[in-house]
Amino acid sequence: MTEDIYLTIHEAHELLKNKKISSVELTKLALKRIQEIEPRIHALVTVTADLALQQAQQADQLIAAGEIHPLTGIPGIIKDNMCTRGIRTTCSSKMLENFIPPYSATVIEKLYRQGMVMVGKSNMDEFAMGSSTENSAFFTTRNPWDLERVPGGSSGGSAAAVAAGEAIFALGSDTGGSIRQPAGFCNVTGLKPTYGRVSRYGLVAFASSLDQIGPMTHDVIDCAILMNCIAGYDPCDSTSANLEIPDYTSSFQTDLKGLRIGIPAEYFVSGMQQEVKNAVITAINKISELGASIDWEVSLPSTSFALAVYYIIAPSEASANLARYDGVKYGFSYKEARNMWEAMEKTRQYGFGAEVKRRIMLGTYALSAGYYDAYYLKAQKVRTLIRREFDQAFEKYDALITPTSPTIPFRIGEKVADPVQMYLSDVCTLPVNIAGLPAISIPAGFHDGLPIGMQIIGKPFGEEILFKIAHAYQQVTDWHKRRPFI
Amino acid sequence: MKLTREEVLHIAALAKLGLTDEDVEKFREQLSNILDNFEILQKVDTSSIPPTAQSISLQNVMMDDRVRPSMPVEDVLANAPQREDDFFKVKIVLED
Repeated sequence: MTEDIYLTIHEAHELLKNKKISSVELTKLALKRIQEIEPRIHALVTVTADLALQQAQQADQLIAAGEIHPLTGIPGIIKDNMCTRGIRTTCSSKMLENFIPPYSATVIEKLYRQGMVMVGKSNMDEFAMGSSTENSAFFTTRNPWDLERVPGGSSGGSAAAVAAGEAIFALGSDTGGSIRQPAGFCNVTGLKPTYGRVSRYGLVAFASSLDQIGPMTHDVIDCAILMNCIAGYDPCDSTSANLEIPDYTSSFQTDLKGLRIGIPAEYFVSGMQQEVKNAVITAINKISELGASIDWEVSLPSTSFALAVYYIIAPSEASANLARYDGVKYGFSYKEARNMWEAMEKTRQYGFGAEVKRRIMLGTYALSAGYYDAYYLKAQKVRTLIRREFDQAFEKYDALITPTSPTIPFRIGEKVADPVQMYLSDVCTLPVNIAGLPAISIPAGFHDGLPIGMQIIGKPFGEEILFKIAHAYQQVTDWHKRRPFI
Repeated sequence: MKLTREEVLHIAALAKLGLTDEDVEKFREQLSNILDNFEILQKVDTSSIPPTAQSISLQNVMMDDRVRPSMPVEDVLANAPQREDDFFKVKIVLED
């Protein structure tokens, strides 16, 4: 029997299927590991031990009856912005500290239907606004590779939990890089699917035209297995795409002959750490050796506008979405007010943290009378330009490759005083959300013992190509198999 | 460009967001700084470019108008900070 659960989904599935281990045993190992290292990592807001053991027993019964799905009995962790019926869902905000959703997100229903075991809900930047988990109202998650550094964000708890072996997989959400940047920082494989590919029903809304849920795992095969489960049309999400879902696990090969890959120059300049650049170039050369043809001279000139476009559109949508937190229907409520309006203002003053307030203010300003055309409408037009440039690039290339983040994981506290510096850590990932494209971050090397991520960007609904390239790379490298000493 | 104190208070009022004096000063500084970074967009010629509201070309998604069960009232009210019977309770709205 295995000593810990540092396993992939497909490895654990084989063990379960061949009765080498039971789901209850696997789940107990996860809970033991959580108990052991959680005081140092702080990846989880809620540990759902009782639920997990109950689900594991059910999974073992299913397995005994021969009804095993790829995720049956597998312990996983869910970012705490996805509604889980009966289990509190906080968004790492004081506003939702005691909120118990009356329903589950579609992705949760789908995972439960396969018999997954939920061991916990993971920490994040409050309402997914941030790049380090330092905006969590509860605590900052530590990077398992160096406890003095951030795990990235906003899905930092999910990334750290997988990297530290607290569960076999996690779900995150990605609005501007919130799956990929922490995946890169923690040496995890993380996919942001095409906008519309995975239902957002039950995902607490941040910026509705940008948000997507996706998998965070030890390898590409696991990402594909999870996508087979969670992707697909959902009538409860009016922006979900009504398209066939391929079997993502059938897209693997090791030969990349015939694939054309572009390297956009704009992603390798301004503030990029030299070691990150070198590692990603080495990784691209490896992919070239596997048969893909590489064009090093692609240009996406509108990239330089992406940060401004994002920080107008995302806060604008957030300011509208977060208007619902009024202290009346659920969540934190300030009760000492004289009248309803004061109650709302005070509820929001005490319920939201600094970054959430900053973005509500920014978004409200960008949408307010007199400024709408100059900011919001302008940003939406430049958004069109950014998307068109990607569309043109994808006429010539099957995929684009960039670093996931311009730096290795930064120190806790290093960027908190300067919001613009913090925003820059997502400069390579947020154009992808603006254009609604799929992108995967995979481990591509280390510097000073800290992980470096590589991002592969695909055309809309082209997740299979990303899996194909990323898997081929993982067949000839072992970065993704390295684990932190913790 | 630096936002005035009045502008910050006006935005906060629109957003129904209570701020301390310290917050107002902090946001004057930080929001102005962020807005300066947006100036870069004014250089882009977008005169013939339509806006993109979202990235997939779905339009007017309709739902069949049919009767179906809704969430039980107790579930809906379970998280209510204050309730009375089957209602959410709020503070007084109109004062004399």
